[in-house]
Amino acid sequence: MSELIQAWSERIRAAAANRQPLCIRGGGTKAFYGGPEVGEPILTDAYRGIVNYAPSELVVTVRAGTPLADLEAALAAENQMLAFEPPHFADGGTVGGCVAAGLAGPRRAAVGGVRDFVLGATLIDGRGDVLRFGGEVMKNVAGYDVSRFLAGSLGTLGLIAEVSLKVLPRPVAEATLRFEMDEAAALHQLNVWAGQPLPVSASVWRGGVLHLRLSGAGAAVDAAIARLGGERLADAAAAVLWRGLRDHRDDFFAGTLPLWRLSVPSDALAVALPGEQLVEWGGAQRWLRSDAPVVEIRVRAAALGGHATLFRGGAGRSDVFHPLPAPMQALQRNLKQAFDPAGIFNPGRLYPEF
Amino acid sequence: MGEPADLPDFSVAERDFSTVDKARLVSSLSRVLPAASLLHDLEDLRPYECDGMSALRQVPMVVALPETEAQVVEILKICAALGVPVVARGAGTGLSGGAQPHKFGLVLSLARFKKIIRIDAHARRAVVQPGVRNLAISEAAAPFGLYYAPDPSSQIACTIGGNVAENSGGVHCLKYGLTIHNLLKVRGVTIAGEIVEFGSLALDTPGYDLLPLVTGSEGMLAVVTEVTVKLTPKPQLAQCVLAAFDDVVKAGEAVAAVIAAGIIPAGLEMMDQPATAAVEEFVHAGYPLDAEAILLCESDGTPEEVAEEIARVRAILEASGATEVRVSRDEGERLRFWAGRKAAFPAAGRISPDYYCMDGTIPRKRLGEMLKAIQQMEKKYSMRCINVFHAGDGNLHPLILFDANKPGDQHTAEAFGAEILELSVALGGTITGEHGVGIEKINQMCSQFATPTLNAFHRVKAAFDPQGLLNPGKAIPTLNRCAEYGRERMGANVVQAHPDLPRF
Repeated sequence: MSELIQAWSERIRAAAANRQPLCIRGGGTKAFYGGPEVGEPILTDAYRGIVNYAPSELVVTVRAGTPLADLEAALAAENQMLAFEPPHFADGGTVGGCVAAGLAGPRRAAVGGVRDFVLGATLIDGRGDVLRFGGEVMKNVAGYDVSRFLAGSLGTLGLIAEVSLKVLPRPVAEATLRFEMDEAAALHQLNVWAGQPLPVSASVWRGGVLHLRLSGAGAAVDAAIARLGGERLADAAAAVLWRGLRDHRDDFFAGTLPLWRLSVPSDALAVALPGEQLVEWGGAQRWLRSDAPVVEIRVRAAALGGHATLFRGGAGRSDVFHPLPAPMQALQRNLKQAFDPAGIFNPGRLYPEF
Repeated sequence: MGEPADLPDFSVAERDFSTVDKARLVSSLSRVLPAASLLHDLEDLRPYECDGMSALRQVPMVVALPETEAQVVEILKICAALGVPVVARGAGTGLSGGAQPHKFGLVLSLARFKKIIRIDAHARRAVVQPGVRNLAISEAAAPFGLYYAPDPSSQIACTIGGNVAENSGGVHCLKYGLTIHNLLKVRGVTIAGEIVEFGSLALDTPGYDLLPLVTGSEGMLAVVTEVTVKLTPKPQLAQCVLAAFDDVVKAGEAVAAVIAAGIIPAGLEMMDQPATAAVEEFVHAGYPLDAEAILLCESDGTPEEVAEEIARVRAILEASGATEVRVSRDEGERLRFWAGRKAAFPAAGRISPDYYCMDGTIPRKRLGEMLKAIQQMEKKYSMRCINVFHAGDGNLHPLILFDANKPGDQHTAEAFGAEILELSVALGGTITGEHGVGIEKINQMCSQFATPTLNAFHRVKAAFDPQGLLNPGKAIPTLNRCAEYGRERMGANVVQAHPDLPRF
């Protein structure tokens, strides 16, 4: 075990004994997300580097403090990638933060989210115990799948020290098509296309324009272009578009109105709330810039079969995430207690109760 | 913090349930279930005494066959109140004894939950009850050009509820994922009788994501009453390449070369020479018998895509030293290529009275080492082993051949199997890729995980089931068991049932 892990373990043990909250922090690029940051910072950036990467195994094991950009550069050198396209909201984001936040980019609907690519993790829990879950292989059903469960836990269960991630080859060919259609037509068409064997890897609808990204073998992309029609974007413009969506640099994300993320079934009706809207993930992710009341947005998201997150503009608020049904809330509280009995990790970042 | 006090009792030693009162249990259950849904006479209980791990036999105290979720809720509330162990059961095809009954417990069969509730073709999802067979979902989705991707080999018989419990795989996992990757929502009932939904029809849920915890939890956390799966568009075409190698290590390197070239085949399977010989005699697939190993590599997609990929695969396999490469010319030939691979388990049953199937997964690059080690073990134990692999994801299914009627053979087969599992862990892999731990591999869990991690598993269990009533004694070993492991071996017998089902 590395000295740093040992030192963290001791520090966590001492903090637990004193009930001293700890704020686990990587690059701090997602500090705006979730409830307020509370506690003494525990910085992961010193624990960095790739521990194991064999491209033909499609697995990489990385220390939590490794800059995401460094990992992605190492994968790109082998023509591979993190298929869930994690966002870079600012420079300096880390791999640990990426897994803890559990946020995925434009490719989410096509290939899966962060948890779908987590294969293993080393976690220091609230007792200071160093735990190893999962491993470095694709198929593994030994023990509960705690490593995938860590994705999106916002550091409230423990310090994620290392993760093993499944990686994929970069697509050989890519093309972006532009269509003009209204929201209802776009939502319908996206679901129709998703039910056909087409290499759709991302989509976005905003203000009467739908963009569709195709990725895969050259022949597959060419055949899909011929079939779908639309107007093809120049590669450079397409790269700017998808990067802007991934990292929230697109002008939609600029501005001061609260930014809501509604996660709904892909075939859900239009959100139809006041404010400007952007639809991703084949209809399953609806961004909304709106100052409509929190309760109105939550009721609408639930009615559509999903949930709503106050993604930006909720700093300091305790109701960023959608409330849980009572039995689920009890299970989540029990699980928090199981990993962090003294309640020291990022208290209130996810829910005020745990 | 960290004192043993915050560990559940059942993490140290298995609970003693011998005080469960059968008459009281039956009378309580008969208030919520019709007579036809409640079995408690020995002759009616017998059919439930084992799952696919057929020689681990234990007659349960009672079997309940509810038909509604409300009945499941009532049953679980009664069992919680009376402190009765509950073992949920689907089709009973599992290979690790996960559904083995508890002597003082209830088997909760979901066999009557057989309805496909809804196929929503536009949104590519199916809502089904847990007792629906895996293949039945794909059959129901076929008219819409859709299917359910995970295809465990027992798919004609195994149920989706069991697939959720085991996080089942199949031959197409590398490209299409495991059960967890193809689920949207699992509805279940906790031991307290609370109905909880894990996941949703959206792509994520607020708070912690409990779906991966429940998937593969072997009936230890909740009882599944409804499953919503993703449906995948059926590829227009599939084509298969068969390649022969004069050396198993070369074949393993060829697998790595295909993946290193940026290709994710729909299926990538390997068989060694003894396995090839065994199946060829059985199904006459036309496999080259002189090869030390053969690879099957499948490509699917649009005709253009398949043509491009097959050409690349062919070139890589030839460059990797294949002695022969054949590409399926039509659907009939493709199915013939697969027929042999899919018949590996029955073929083993044909050349040997009994076989014991292992399920370790290792990093692909260690394949050659593992095969060499297995050859040494064959000498050490004087027992044959034929090898079939899901080579694409490093999941091995060595089949140890033995004769249960020969004194000592069973014990030797177990020791042989245990050594393969231990080596899987030592090579950086896992003791089970897709069959589950159940009762069969529970000792090797002590090798794969250190005590703090096992403690964490017990705490996860307690978060859902504080009394430890759901499937006690399975999947996660007690600390006492791990302390004993090494000094003793389980006396259990290891023959797996359903010899008629294809296994691959």
